[in-house]
Amino acid sequence: MSEEVLALRLEGVRKSFGSVEVLRGVDLGVGEHEVVCLIGASGSGKSTLLRCINLLEHIDSGRIFLDGEEITHARDANAVRRRVGIVFQAFNLFPHMSVLRNVTLGPREVLHKSRSEAESEATALLDRFGLADKRNEYPDRLSGGQQQRVAIVRALAMRPELMLLDEVTSALDPELVAEVLSVIRELAEAGMTMVIATHEMSFARETADRVCFLDAGRILEQGPPDEIFTRPAEARTRQFLDRVIAAGRL
Amino acid sequence: MFIAIVVIVVVTSAGWPEVQKAFFDKQLFVDSFPEIAHAFLLNIRIFLIAEALILVLALGIAILRGLPGPVLFPFRLLAVAYTDLFRGIPTILVIYILGFGAPALQLSGVPNSPLFWGITALVLVYSAYVAEVYRAGIESVHPSQEAAARSLGLSRAKTLRFVIVPQAVRRVIPPLLNDFIGLQKDSALVALIGPIEAFRQSQIDVAATFNYTPYMVTALLFVLLTIPLARLTDWLIARDRRRQSAGGPR
Repeated sequence: MSEEVLALRLEGVRKSFGSVEVLRGVDLGVGEHEVVCLIGASGSGKSTLLRCINLLEHIDSGRIFLDGEEITHARDANAVRRRVGIVFQAFNLFPHMSVLRNVTLGPREVLHKSRSEAESEATALLDRFGLADKRNEYPDRLSGGQQQRVAIVRALAMRPELMLLDEVTSALDPELVAEVLSVIRELAEAGMTMVIATHEMSFARETADRVCFLDAGRILEQGPPDEIFTRPAEARTRQFLDRVIAAGRL
Repeated sequence: MFIAIVVIVVVTSAGWPEVQKAFFDKQLFVDSFPEIAHAFLLNIRIFLIAEALILVLALGIAILRGLPGPVLFPFRLLAVAYTDLFRGIPTILVIYILGFGAPALQLSGVPNSPLFWGITALVLVYSAYVAEVYRAGIESVHPSQEAAARSLGLSRAKTLRFVIVPQAVRRVIPPLLNDFIGLQKDSALVALIGPIEAFRQSQIDVAATFNYTPYMVTALLFVLLTIPLARLTDWLIARDRRRQSAGGPR
């Protein structure tokens, strides 16, 4: 691992909001084409960690490397963000824009692609994820699952090196979760490097190359999914998984 | 019904013939109408020019006020000082100060026309109000919208332009139109420094005939102009309410 250049590397990342320390020294390496799932209770720091990687939050200390290059205090945060896609729990589509405009905004205004190029690429992506007929709809006319798939397509349209998914199915009705997860599975199969914060344990188990258990702002334990889910080394991990099983989520 | 009763009571009361003669002289109405209506075109010109300038200037002030970070503090301070100042001074006073004061300075390259200074005064005062309306709109756009735009790599300026401001403006159209109704009426204040608009013209007619009918002509013209705008405002508010109850929060 130390020889190859990692797609993403975090060293001792710390972040506080006021007096609350949310991340207390996170170390994490993500290889190219690797899918890493972050699991852990609400408030364990999963979302904050993803937002820090995307530079939406400034970290207090530690270092972040993207493809070997330090981005911790990148002078041009926009340049970093165009390489790292993020999808949010609440979709955050732009309600005043059609689906097509949502997807083409980044390519046109950030990557300076022509309208026709951006639109044909967007249409191809929408088509790939079964959304071609929704291209002229506005977000409020779509189901939650469709909105979240559009949000994923919007991030993909920037052709990111790395995708961050922040509990992307948590705001969805149960029957809509599957369609979003299948999109993510397809991305994993296509070799997209991803860091996924999720409460969908069975999804994490089958899709992740590695699972990290976050507890109180630290990665307490990490390893292949089978190991974490069947033989967790830490008592806290076991406790968490027991609660998840009790809730019927595994 | 109530209005009908009031009208009947007023019209049948003992003093009505005198009132009718002083305020609703049919012949005088017809005689003074063309001149006042012609002068009213100047009111329309005043507020059309002012409205266009206010929309732009106020947005600039609102954006200045929302700039983040300690470096930009002077700009925020400037915006706050501006709105405090021009919302604090009575409109009529600003018109007098600029309308009589500015030409008295005899600055070269600056127009001396009272019309120019009258419009300038209205723009300065109303921009302070409209900037606050814009600011409320900008602050009502959820921060997750900004996060979504920035995560695509959009700069702060492009985020404002494509994502925040379009949503903000849509939300504040009703209060914006409300301020414009006020502006249309206040176009009459410009008369006090010279230009002969509808109110000034009716004053002239009243002074010549000792009859108040020309004032009623002017009042009628203003009402005819503001009612459509008021109804449009009502309609927009009702539409927004329908949309919200139909589609839930967006």
